[in-house]
Amino acid sequence: MVSGRSDRARRLPTAVKIVIAGGFGVGKTTMVGTVSETAPLRTEELLTDESVGVDDISGVEAKTTTTVAMDFGRITMRNEYVLYLFGTPGQERFWFMWDEVSLGALGAVVLADTRRLSDCFPSVDYFERRNTPFVVAVNCFEGSQKYDLAEIQMALNLGPKVPVMLCDARNLESCKEVLIDLVIHAMKSRGLVDPEPQNA
Amino acid sequence: MMPPEDRTPLEQRSDELTPMDRLLDDHAGPMVRPYVMTSGRIEPTRGKFDLITLVVAVGPEPEGAIGLGPEHLEIMRLCQAVLSVAELTGHLNLPVATVRVLLGDLLDKGFVSMQEPEPEADMHDIRLYKAVIDGLRAL
Repeated sequence: MVSGRSDRARRLPTAVKIVIAGGFGVGKTTMVGTVSETAPLRTEELLTDESVGVDDISGVEAKTTTTVAMDFGRITMRNEYVLYLFGTPGQERFWFMWDEVSLGALGAVVLADTRRLSDCFPSVDYFERRNTPFVVAVNCFEGSQKYDLAEIQMALNLGPKVPVMLCDARNLESCKEVLIDLVIHAMKSRGLVDPEPQNA
Repeated sequence: MMPPEDRTPLEQRSDELTPMDRLLDDHAGPMVRPYVMTSGRIEPTRGKFDLITLVVAVGPEPEGAIGLGPEHLEIMRLCQAVLSVAELTGHLNLPVATVRVLLGDLLDKGFVSMQEPEPEADMHDIRLYKAVIDGLRAL
């Protein structure tokens, strides 16, 4: 035990996290807000001189202080678990924040917008490289052209095992479905048996 | 974020302000820099404090305990309920690194207890997945 007094403290729940990634303005914060039980909060990391050399922030002058923000939400579960959803910082250059938030994540949702599909390439690359289980959820913006999911799968050059689905980041039921599909996918990718046989 | 108390446009006010006053307005940022709150320390003395490490206060808020600053006491107040490091930074409006150092102090003094998350290598507990699926369905 790390804390000297923890024996007397009540039993704490275990936290798990899911990462919501994707390009700028694709609906990450919207999705976090839709499922979170509290208003989304924002955590900020300050990049100062100490970060230089440790993190690649080339182009940023030594004396500059930059703030990287991440929005996140919380869902308290029964059975002693708390789920946190983190929206990754929009700028892909802040990879170290991605590393921090992806380490130990249950999985990731890559949100995509068919009008700017290439915006989600860095996220897809990132989670593929890290072997983090992820699904691609196409946020259906009004006025966006409807694509066939197989077409999107091909355009993103995804393996056949990566689930691709449509969603509406403003709709709770839709977001729930995406997250549940992700958890099932994560379970399969980690070689765990699906607790309930799927219809498909 | 918060609208300034004085709604007079800055350009009008600046005539009456000395250069020093201008340095001290809202645009200059907080008066106390984060590293002052941590006495210049950048690493916590104890604990790693992942963003989702859960923290809870052990016992009631100490009243003016020696060596605790207002930020420490604020953390103790917030941690009467179980909160993650990320939530604490959001509520305190402080950078994560600062909150980590402050939490290390409180852990050192035995004022808080914490629960680290499962490391990635241990993500093979099927109960965790089932609990998350059930929790999501119940939303």
